[in-house]
Amino acid sequence: MATILAVDDSNSMRQMVSFTLKQAGHDVVEAADGVQALAVAKGKSINLVLSDVNMPNMNGIELVKELRALPDFKFTPILMLTTESGANLKQEGKAAGATGWLVKPFNPEQLLSTINRVLG
Amino acid sequence: MSTAEALDVQIGSEANSQGDQYLTFLLAGEEYGVDILRVVEIKGWQTATQIPNTPEYVQGVINIRGTIVPIIDLRKRFGMPDLEYSQTTVVIVLYVNTQERTRTMGIVVDGVSDVCNVADEDLKSAPDFGGSISVEYVKGLSTVNENMVILLDIDHLLNSHELAQIAASDS
Amino acid sequence: MSIDISQFHEVFFEESFEGLEIMENSLLGLSESDDALDVINNIFRAAHSIKGGSATFGFMEISKFTHVMETLLDEMRNNERPVTVDAVELLLEATDVLSGMLTQVQDDEELDSERIKNVQGQLETMLGVAPEADVVETVANEDGAESGWTIKFIPLPHLLSTGNDPVRMFRELAALGDMTVSVNIEALPQLAELEPEECFISWSLELNGDIEEQQVAEVFDWVDGDCELVIQKRINEIDDSEDKNPEMSGDNAEKPAEAEQLKDVAKQDRREKPERRSKKPKAAEASSIRVGIDKIDILINMVGELVITQSMLSQMGESADENSFDAERIEKLQDGLSQLERNTRELQEAVMQIRMLPISFAFNRFPRVVHDYCRKSGKKIELVISGEQTELDKTVMEKINDPLVHLVRNSMDHGVETPEVRLASGKPETGTVMLDAYHKGGSIVIEIKDDGAGINKDRILSKGIEKGLVSESDVLTDEQVFDLLFLPGFSTAKEVTDVSGRGVGMDVVRRNIKSLGGNIEVTSTEGKGSTFTIRLPLTLAILDGQLIRVGNEMYIIPLTAIVESIQINEDRINGIASGSELYKLRNEYIPVVRMHESFGVEAEFHELTKGLLVVVEGDEGKVGIFVDRLLGQQQVVIKSLETNFKGVPGVSGATILGDGTVALIVDIAGLVSLAQSKALKNPYDIAEQSDAVA
Repeated sequence: MATILAVDDSNSMRQMVSFTLKQAGHDVVEAADGVQALAVAKGKSINLVLSDVNMPNMNGIELVKELRALPDFKFTPILMLTTESGANLKQEGKAAGATGWLVKPFNPEQLLSTINRVLG
Repeated sequence: MSTAEALDVQIGSEANSQGDQYLTFLLAGEEYGVDILRVVEIKGWQTATQIPNTPEYVQGVINIRGTIVPIIDLRKRFGMPDLEYSQTTVVIVLYVNTQERTRTMGIVVDGVSDVCNVADEDLKSAPDFGGSISVEYVKGLSTVNENMVILLDIDHLLNSHELAQIAASDS
Repeated sequence: MSIDISQFHEVFFEESFEGLEIMENSLLGLSESDDALDVINNIFRAAHSIKGGSATFGFMEISKFTHVMETLLDEMRNNERPVTVDAVELLLEATDVLSGMLTQVQDDEELDSERIKNVQGQLETMLGVAPEADVVETVANEDGAESGWTIKFIPLPHLLSTGNDPVRMFRELAALGDMTVSVNIEALPQLAELEPEECFISWSLELNGDIEEQQVAEVFDWVDGDCELVIQKRINEIDDSEDKNPEMSGDNAEKPAEAEQLKDVAKQDRREKPERRSKKPKAAEASSIRVGIDKIDILINMVGELVITQSMLSQMGESADENSFDAERIEKLQDGLSQLERNTRELQEAVMQIRMLPISFAFNRFPRVVHDYCRKSGKKIELVISGEQTELDKTVMEKINDPLVHLVRNSMDHGVETPEVRLASGKPETGTVMLDAYHKGGSIVIEIKDDGAGINKDRILSKGIEKGLVSESDVLTDEQVFDLLFLPGFSTAKEVTDVSGRGVGMDVVRRNIKSLGGNIEVTSTEGKGSTFTIRLPLTLAILDGQLIRVGNEMYIIPLTAIVESIQINEDRINGIASGSELYKLRNEYIPVVRMHESFGVEAEFHELTKGLLVVVEGDEGKVGIFVDRLLGQQQVVIKSLETNFKGVPGVSGATILGDGTVALIVDIAGLVSLAQSKALKNPYDIAEQSDAVA
């Protein structure tokens, strides 16, 4: 169905997200930080980006900015994975150009329903 | 090994929903049975490496595809008279369950008979045989082709706590 | 479809423990680091990760606790709070608690609630918050049935570049009830001025149905600030004021249409409690290992070569018919076989490499150990670690951990002096403990060095005499004096300190190391310091063995234990009244162990002079093992007897020989014990037997 880029430095989160999305029939491309994400996204047709905020090397906010600067990613839905306490991060994310967010912690069902909101 | 080859074992295909399949074998003229699902394989007899200071019925260990498997002589275990090993002597390799894990062990028997089905209703409780075959080891009795078959509880029988007694402490 | 995410729990635990290690090491290194803010950030991120992951997987206690730690760290990284020694110490303790919590949850054990509450309380006090303020959840108090909403949605031009698509939002709304949409294109500019990536269209929507305002508002969650949004309740066509429930009329306030939405605050029990996993027996040791891809690639190459060799040999075998085994073919066969031997050996080495991990995994816990000890004792000690990249077998490393801890503690406690004493002796106030590791020969060498007080030889000697381990007249080399330290029941500590423990220490350390096939020595210079040297084999799974025969049975004696093998000279055999035999080997008398008796097997020879004596190094000195014949030496793969059977005294394992038969590997210490207990039981039988002619 869709090709989704999942970016999170936590192995367990990434694996959980990847598994859930694949189960639902999507293709998943993974990255552990912003730098990897940019490298991995090149040349691929990505329909949706899921990104954690707190990551080493390049955090989620910077990644959104970098992605939006790429022609292929101008209108791609990008969802930030934020924690409740990071209210101002949502604004920062939006300012950087993010589409929306998904609040951690979330379970697989919530992940999928949010994905479906975007992918339709 | 000819017995093993000749034996056509169909595991599970005829299992009733209310019973078990057993592999029956001969020991000093009597028929015994073990749960077929516990049988790993049937081998011909081969020389085992002795283990020091173990009871006589612990024949030793053999190598089965890289695993060290202990072999128990059931005749000796039950205090029956010895029988010289021959072409028909067979080792039945079994999965034995203990609290911690599953072990693989082999028992030496006179020969293998057949696979039979025993429905739960047909399983009769065993009277106390008095002597070497403790009731703990026996699941029950059953009749197959007019012969009595003593169905063994493998896990109790091959409980290794008893197996490694040092000979010196045997009475 | 319900997805079971418990399959990711192990990964979560693994990465959390790694994160904890980073936290601990970073906290320990804080005072010295220039880049304190950077370090704090790392610590924060690690805590944040654990908090997020634990909440995701349902470990709410861990999440709550970590949250408090994270808040403290957040204040520090935002420069809202100074990095004080007290804060660092408290955070260190918190990492301990967190580590405990993770272990307890992982092993399905009860949490240490008291300690958790205690430390969490301290953290909260430091933060200045009331302990465990319960989150008061406000859920929007919604009205009952509504009949509909009118929505005006006017996107700002840039809305599309946020990746939000009005169409999908309308789809969502349409799913809530009956919807009609009318579009407004008044704002559309002329084609020439039209920016294709911008949005100039607005919409007006009518939504009918039993829908709460919050549901409508939620759809536009993400585009707050990117649009103008007006949500108005549709006026009911029929005014049913009489039917309205009198109780509700007071609460039924008209909600002003807002663009602000009330968030659905995450309820804590929104998620089902993770099922307690069924208790599984604890694995004896960790059961997984991380391997670098390069090691795997090497393996793959070798297996490839093995396959080539195998097919070459099988080809040879195939085309051979009865008559064609001539010299040429045999030569080819031998070439093939030697190639096979080479492939197998290389493969074996490569596989062993996989189990090898750098010793840093073991060394890494020591900065904390030293740090804590210094705090408690007031001593100043610097820990220097080198050779941490030296690799050794994973299992060996796990088993060497305890001995290492004991030795380091011993160096700190008994070796390094207090700052005052050090200064008085002209030493720098701060003592040094060095951990070093390197490969030498086929072994790994680990050194624990200190520049402390050294070992007082005279005190050791007098203690040894006092304990009857040596007699006054014995002349001992320095080496032998130091060796006394490792004998059971030996402790020169005047009081028992809780750090090094009782005199059970050193002999247990040596026994543990011996059981790994290694040994330990100590050298020392009084006043200058001591060095403990541990030597270990690189792997546990393989043994260099001496094949011996007793009667019909073959056994393997570990080569490392063998001092020499000799033919027995009758003159040197001495019997003692108790029935044991002693053999005079140069200057010493060593006990003779008749293997056939200890093992209860038939031997070919009963007369000592007909067989051979294999002199081995036992726990308490040399022992001569009497066997029938010596066969070859070979490397054997150690297989466990306990997997399917049980531990047998005198036997440490088994192996499979080239012909497929099983040979038992002798455990020297066990064999000696067996011999001793048999001698005690039958003092005279042995003497009689040795007189009998075979």
